[in-house]
Amino acid sequence: MSLAEPAALPVATSAPPRLHALRRFATGFKASLPAYLLLLPSLVFLALFTYGAMGRVFVDALYQRTTPKAPVRFVGLDNITAVLADPSFTGAVVNNLIYAVGTAIPSIALALLFALALSRTNAVTSALRAALFLPVLIPMVAASALFLFIFLPNVGLLDYYIGRLLPVLPNWLGDPDIALYAIMVITIWKNAGYYMLFFLAGLQAVPEDVMEAAHLDGAGPFMRLRYIILPELRPTFLFVTVIATLNAVTQVDHVFVMTKGGPSNATNLVLFYIYEQAVEHYDIGKASAATLLTLAALMALTALSFRTLANRDGGP
Amino acid sequence: MKLFNALFKDAPLATRNEITPKLGFALTVLLAIVWLIPFLWMGVATLRPPSDGINLMAELMPSLKPTLDNIRDAWEIGDFPRYFLNTAFICTGILLVQFVTITLAGFAFARLAFAGKTLIFYLFLMQLMLVPVLLIVPNLRLVAQLGLYDKLTGVMMPFFASAFGTFLMRQAFEAIPTELEDAALIDGAGLFQRIRHIYVPLSLPSFSAFAIISVTSHWNDFLWPLMVINSPDKRPLTVGLSVFTATAEGTQAWGTIAAGTLMVIAPLLITFLIFQKRFISSFVTSGIK
Repeated sequence: MSLAEPAALPVATSAPPRLHALRRFATGFKASLPAYLLLLPSLVFLALFTYGAMGRVFVDALYQRTTPKAPVRFVGLDNITAVLADPSFTGAVVNNLIYAVGTAIPSIALALLFALALSRTNAVTSALRAALFLPVLIPMVAASALFLFIFLPNVGLLDYYIGRLLPVLPNWLGDPDIALYAIMVITIWKNAGYYMLFFLAGLQAVPEDVMEAAHLDGAGPFMRLRYIILPELRPTFLFVTVIATLNAVTQVDHVFVMTKGGPSNATNLVLFYIYEQAVEHYDIGKASAATLLTLAALMALTALSFRTLANRDGGP
Repeated sequence: MKLFNALFKDAPLATRNEITPKLGFALTVLLAIVWLIPFLWMGVATLRPPSDGINLMAELMPSLKPTLDNIRDAWEIGDFPRYFLNTAFICTGILLVQFVTITLAGFAFARLAFAGKTLIFYLFLMQLMLVPVLLIVPNLRLVAQLGLYDKLTGVMMPFFASAFGTFLMRQAFEAIPTELEDAALIDGAGLFQRIRHIYVPLSLPSFSAFAIISVTSHWNDFLWPLMVINSPDKRPLTVGLSVFTATAEGTQAWGTIAAGTLMVIAPLLITFLIFQKRFISSFVTSGIK
């Protein structure tokens, strides 16, 4: 190895270390210049809309402005305490947690079922995959328009076919106890086909001969799932869980179209709360404080999952 | 049952007689049908004559007297051609700029050595975690300060740089043998010539994969354009559809809503059905997004 890389051998230098470092930096910068120029367009936009935006959230969360024209006033952590004390924010957080768990688990379970059933490729499985994947492609707003009718009381699709079996027809989107679960159905319908793709890709890694050997040893389908397939799919699970959690926070367009957070805040989710504070109450301070808290939570989560992933890869 | 066995004929011999996988398959078929019902209703309701009344609106059996009235109504009430142009303009604009930024940055990461490479790599990685939709509040203020409020450019700008695209191109460029570039170097080709004539033509599959992901995601964007756009004539399809739905819901014009929804999603669905394989493999790579 050292023979192949003679440059890595210590070479005697005459220059004093300080000057040496400076010169090395200068030549390094000069040699790096073409790369920096190529990266510049991307970095400009990232600086404006990602890092800059982060910085602005931090600053805005520390100031208060009562009306759009009023001067800003430094309030320190007041916005954050105000948001944490706001029952509609804490309500939105609780709703969002229920929504995240209640959409992630069913859609991932369904995705796994779909992938296991459709792992072999033929004309029939391709058609079924396409059918399950269709909802992924359409805008959440379009899905909302369709489900508005599906959940319509009395004459809607659900009541027309299933509601007849129930003694009392529930008002799917109008009942505060049910509305959150109704919008969860849309998310599951829309995302299961997407997660299915990752499980299909993950299943390619399950060795066929191990499966056969397990079968010869008397392992039934569930044993093989439990002891061969699921361990093999662990990275996929972790990865899909992160995406599903991110989606549960960011993909909430149906709340805007269908319920506007109602009835009585039952479907108010964090992003909708942020939007309302910023656009309807013009309270940039509170909106920024809520954004900051959400970002912190999400970053902690992704960092945690990346660490789990790294530990698993590095571990025995 | 025969059909079922035919479907499982390529399963390993040993497992072919197991019942559980077949039950799972049957359940999946059932759910796939359930998954299609909203689309089925959309099609049936679009063609149903308004004279059938609200009580038959949910019927999934198509009407015997199909009509295009709903499509005409939706076309006239909603400003769909305009919305369509706005969305197409936004998606194309974003994609063209992204092609430039991700090619240049992807090349730098794939082929050039430079100081601070790891640091800059992590700076890019940050964008994957800081989902742009969460930064709507600070970005809306920036867009307003730049004088781009209520402008389509304002809708596009936050997406001009793409970490996902950069990583995708880096991966594609790394797979290209350096010998090709060396040959071009000997012929005296400059940096941009090498990118233009060697790297880009050999990475077209990655560009098309990225284009599919970029266009579908921005075609479906709702919250950000909703905040940036104020004038009705600048609305993209998603915002237009939500306004249209809110109006038509008031008059219980469900056939018109179905027709409007159909018009909004038809272009993507048709493209998907033609390029199904390519879409699916692109979406698998989108996982790292």
